[in-house]
Amino acid sequence: MSDSSSKSLAPTDWPLFEVFIRSKQGLDHKHVGSLHASDAEHAIALARDVYTRRQEGVSIWVVPSKAITASNPALKNENFDPMASKIYRHPTFYDIPEEIGHM
Amino acid sequence: MYTQAIDTDPTSRNSPTSHASVAEDVFLARIAQDEKIEPQDWMPEAYRKTLVRQISQHAHSEVVGMLPEGGWITRAPSLRRKEILLAKVQDEGGHGLYLYSAAETLGVSREQLIDALHSGKAKYSSIFNYETKTWADIGTIGWLVDGAAIMNQVPLCRCSYGPYARAMIRICKEESFHQRQGFDIVRALCEGTPEQKAMAQESLNRWWWPTLMMFGPHDSDSTHTGQASAYGIKRISNDDLRQKFVDVTVAQAEFLGLSIPDPALRWNAERGHYDFGKIDWDEFWRVVNGQGPCNEARMHDRISAFEEGRWVRDAASAHAAKRAARAVARAGALEAA
Repeated sequence: MSDSSSKSLAPTDWPLFEVFIRSKQGLDHKHVGSLHASDAEHAIALARDVYTRRQEGVSIWVVPSKAITASNPALKNENFDPMASKIYRHPTFYDIPEEIGHM
Repeated sequence: MYTQAIDTDPTSRNSPTSHASVAEDVFLARIAQDEKIEPQDWMPEAYRKTLVRQISQHAHSEVVGMLPEGGWITRAPSLRRKEILLAKVQDEGGHGLYLYSAAETLGVSREQLIDALHSGKAKYSSIFNYETKTWADIGTIGWLVDGAAIMNQVPLCRCSYGPYARAMIRICKEESFHQRQGFDIVRALCEGTPEQKAMAQESLNRWWWPTLMMFGPHDSDSTHTGQASAYGIKRISNDDLRQKFVDVTVAQAEFLGLSIPDPALRWNAERGHYDFGKIDWDEFWRVVNGQGPCNEARMHDRISAFEEGRWVRDAASAHAAKRAARAVARAGALEAA
């Protein structure tokens, strides 16, 4: 057993990992949640038990949460609002005469 | 999965409008438009505190909820029932994890949450402080307790806090299996020998009233409901959910040929709902405050499971440290070569 001078890690001292699951071959890995684990391999084993009990996946990715850089929520409007006016980027913006049919 | 609509923390009962600010007005407007709030977004302190308390109480309930059923895994009457019960109890552990993770996005650590449970500071659903005396109780818990939990939880899938809502969607999907396997156990007993049917009836007699208490105090006695609904955390009131539960369960009991232990239960055509008898709120508060049949045993078992599992966690940490050290040594050797 561990000696008393070195306090053993509680599960909460384990780093946090974000879990991504590919539900089917050919589809994207999608974020499903997070969990603590002693290392990445351990995180995969835990993610299998927690997130694929009903065949939800065929592949698992884990990423240390610390490694993720997120956009600043305070800049949400600045970042994303300008696209709202650019409706001409969407094919439905354009009228196609009925005689032309599918384009 | 189990929530219990109780608020035992008087500090959270301030009205959300009592400390109005521009940020809070913007926040409340977002909630009013059914926008989701995410961890990085600004939120009032009362919103954060209410969520931490509710989500962690919910997580603790999942984890403690494994105990009344866990004892029956080795005594399940067939291999099939044993497999099903194992899968159900494993789900409850998973639900606890989804919810702890959601609570952690609000800035509390897992350690703080677990400490709060083990020190008795945090509550869990009081339904788990009742005994599971017979195999029929395992059926009744699935049918009624999980059934009541689903009623409580389906509206939470639309709650304003994103991580909580997403956890609830996953949980509700799995919860439906829990309710059906319970109904299936009770049904098998009701279609069995007279002794088996009597066992099912006796179990229903004990669990009916505690199950109705799971929905929490009457709306008129629950000051917290107002705030939680302003925050988009609670969508339907305690009494409305309880009524909905009674209305759907009566027909199920009739199908099974069981009688609900309430002489005041009758259809009220005018209201379009069943009327039912008075709930013993003294019993509810006794159990919430620690004097239920199993409060002590549950906490004892939870804490021993945590302590007795410590060596597994230590071993995992040691293994990870060893592998990390070896990887460093290998990289060093490669560089030297």
